[in-house]
Amino acid sequence: MFYREAGDFSTTYPQDSQTFPIKFDRYRYYVVLAVAVLVMPFVMTDYLVNSIFLPFLIYAIAAIGLNILTGYCGQVSLGTGGFMAVGAYACYKLMTAFPDVNIFFHVILAGGITAAVGTLFGLPSLRIKGFYLAVATLAAQFFLVWLFNKVSWFYNYSASGQINAPERTVFGIEVTGPNTEAWATYLFCLVFTVGAAILARNLTRGSIGREWMAIRDMDIAAEIIGVNPLKAKLTAFAVSSFFVGVSGALFFAVYLGAVEVGEVFGITKSFLVLFMIIIGGLGSIFGSFAGAAFLVVLPVVLKIVGVDMFGWPTDIVAHFQLVIVGGLIIMFLILEPHGLAQLWRVAKEKLRLWPFPH
Amino acid sequence: MKYKLGTYAVAAMMAASPVMADLVFPSLSYRTGPYAAGGIPFADGYADYFTLLNERDGGIGGVATRVLECETGYNTEKGVECYESTKGEGSLVYQPLSTGITYQLIPKTTADNIPMHTMGYGRTSAANGQVFSHTFNYPANYWNGASGAINYLMSQGDIAGKKIALVYHNSAYGKEPIRTLEELSEKHGFELMLVAVDHPGQEQKSQWLQIRRERPDNVIMYGWGVMNQVAIQEAANIRYPMENFIGIWWSGSENDVLPAGDAANGYKALTFHGVGSDFPVFDDIQQYVVDAGKAAGAGDQIGTVLYNRGLYAAMLAAEAAKTAQEIHGTAEITPAMMRDGMEALEITEAKMTELGLPGFGPSFNVSCENHGGPGLIGMTQWDASAGTWSLISEFSATDMEVIQPLIDEDSASYASENNIEAGC
Repeated sequence: MFYREAGDFSTTYPQDSQTFPIKFDRYRYYVVLAVAVLVMPFVMTDYLVNSIFLPFLIYAIAAIGLNILTGYCGQVSLGTGGFMAVGAYACYKLMTAFPDVNIFFHVILAGGITAAVGTLFGLPSLRIKGFYLAVATLAAQFFLVWLFNKVSWFYNYSASGQINAPERTVFGIEVTGPNTEAWATYLFCLVFTVGAAILARNLTRGSIGREWMAIRDMDIAAEIIGVNPLKAKLTAFAVSSFFVGVSGALFFAVYLGAVEVGEVFGITKSFLVLFMIIIGGLGSIFGSFAGAAFLVVLPVVLKIVGVDMFGWPTDIVAHFQLVIVGGLIIMFLILEPHGLAQLWRVAKEKLRLWPFPH
Repeated sequence: MKYKLGTYAVAAMMAASPVMADLVFPSLSYRTGPYAAGGIPFADGYADYFTLLNERDGGIGGVATRVLECETGYNTEKGVECYESTKGEGSLVYQPLSTGITYQLIPKTTADNIPMHTMGYGRTSAANGQVFSHTFNYPANYWNGASGAINYLMSQGDIAGKKIALVYHNSAYGKEPIRTLEELSEKHGFELMLVAVDHPGQEQKSQWLQIRRERPDNVIMYGWGVMNQVAIQEAANIRYPMENFIGIWWSGSENDVLPAGDAANGYKALTFHGVGSDFPVFDDIQQYVVDAGKAAGAGDQIGTVLYNRGLYAAMLAAEAAKTAQEIHGTAEITPAMMRDGMEALEITEAKMTELGLPGFGPSFNVSCENHGGPGLIGMTQWDASAGTWSLISEFSATDMEVIQPLIDEDSASYASENNIEAGC
């Protein structure tokens, strides 16, 4: 009944090749977007934005970035935390060096700088694969964190080694610093998240995305049919790092406001984003969103249920949270190795046939 | 997905519906993670003192207190979540017990007009109340600690030409004393050697190998959590003389020395408050809190160093709340009133004796200009056979000639970065 092509005629090629070719799917997408832009800003509170929506939107960008590299191009990366740190520190240096330039461009530029750094660390992928590449990116993670801790130029020689986001505005409305409104930071991040998703979706549907997937599925066969592995792998690293860098910049400037590299962008951050795409679904843009939402919202919900509703001690709830999240990850990997995105696909198939499955 | 989030949001709001009839003291504690050994006793002491006030005195000025605990795990993201979820309940004062979370909260609390008390941690230059209107770090800060350690060494003999190593947690917290020690090394002519330990500090073989090779005359440590125990064990392994090893107050609790056993005997740590449970207030805690079965946590931390520190923090917060009630003539104070109370706080020996804590901490006044208190530092030493810390020096003044210019410089740069107009 839902998600059916019946009665939905395409008369031109662009119509046929659009992102959501099924009318019902397309309208659902417009409705979600409309609610996100027109309704959510009015119900946004400090609590909602800082505990759920900002981390969700920002992690979604990072997950999209890692999904391009790992899910689409098949290159395992454990350096996400380090690349987010590059984005954050690039954004900080740009914000303090050019205070008159709009923060929007700083975030984009921070993504660009991260793309360059990511490409550099992607060079070993031309020679090594699989676990060995994972170890090489792990080295990037530790090297970058060490670098930002060691070289005081990166944190403008401040005594504590912390970086603090100064106040910056977009159209006269503050989006960084302590005096921001909840809706402003939400909308600012939403713009980047939606932009990243549309960009990623179209890249992965085009020729470059097919090259990535060919490399992922079998690199020798891809080379034989004319895919240039140098170009495919390095573009995957560049595009992926761009998104990760944008998310790192937003994470620092809009969400946290003050960052200490070892604590915020450590190896745990790399694993968190990796878990997001594994749970959400490798090689799926929707999966990046689903995984980010799952891992951001679940701890908050567990805390609300455990501490506020049942009044359990906070340490018991914190320990249970680890147990439950860990258990769910294992359960997902056994029951649905393709993640939440696959569940969504199955649900869509079921809805197509409902209420007459045979 | 949006629908689900909406449901959660409604649940969150229902769960967070405020009951304004009491004085709320949020406790951003950490009872999990690599720093839990330090977080648990502090949180227990903080909660027990407010329980005592409720049970014995019926709260503060007749209004019951409520401790709102939120688990941060020493993680800044969770700290921000905790802050946002508790600030709507009329939280009077934040004490995050984490320098990283403090840095997040300084601008946020200022914008929300809620005071924050970072006792012996956080951003040292917050002692300058002209710039940091809502942040307080009385009675002592990291730079007092660094100077206190050097003063103590000077009282033991000439330190010119000696080599002193700083073993520090490689974070905002551990880096705080470096500037002060550098200034002091110029002034007194000792050689400073910096040894960084990365979070969480479970592996320090190479750092202590370096110390073994360079043979510094003294080691000062700014550590926290599991890093302390490991460092003391490693020092014992290289047979470094424990009496030359001085920890900051966050590296001087029972948890830190017990794992090394007898080898930790003679280890020293700085402090800004009394040690042990030999104070009248502990009889009241036994009677009203422990015997009544209302002790926080497992109830096994009473009288330990960090429990006492939590107790002291709670006592200072309660006294500030009393001061605020007097100033504004109302029992049900707001966070803004609480801030005024903290700024007008006066701790005298008579008041401490009345509270059952004679000689526990220094007498001091907080003012609009000085949020940092007097910075009086004492030294404690661990006796492994008796299993107790004992105070081995007077609480004495530190070198404000060196510290004050650094505070002024750092707070001025914060003010210019954030367009804050200094003034009282």
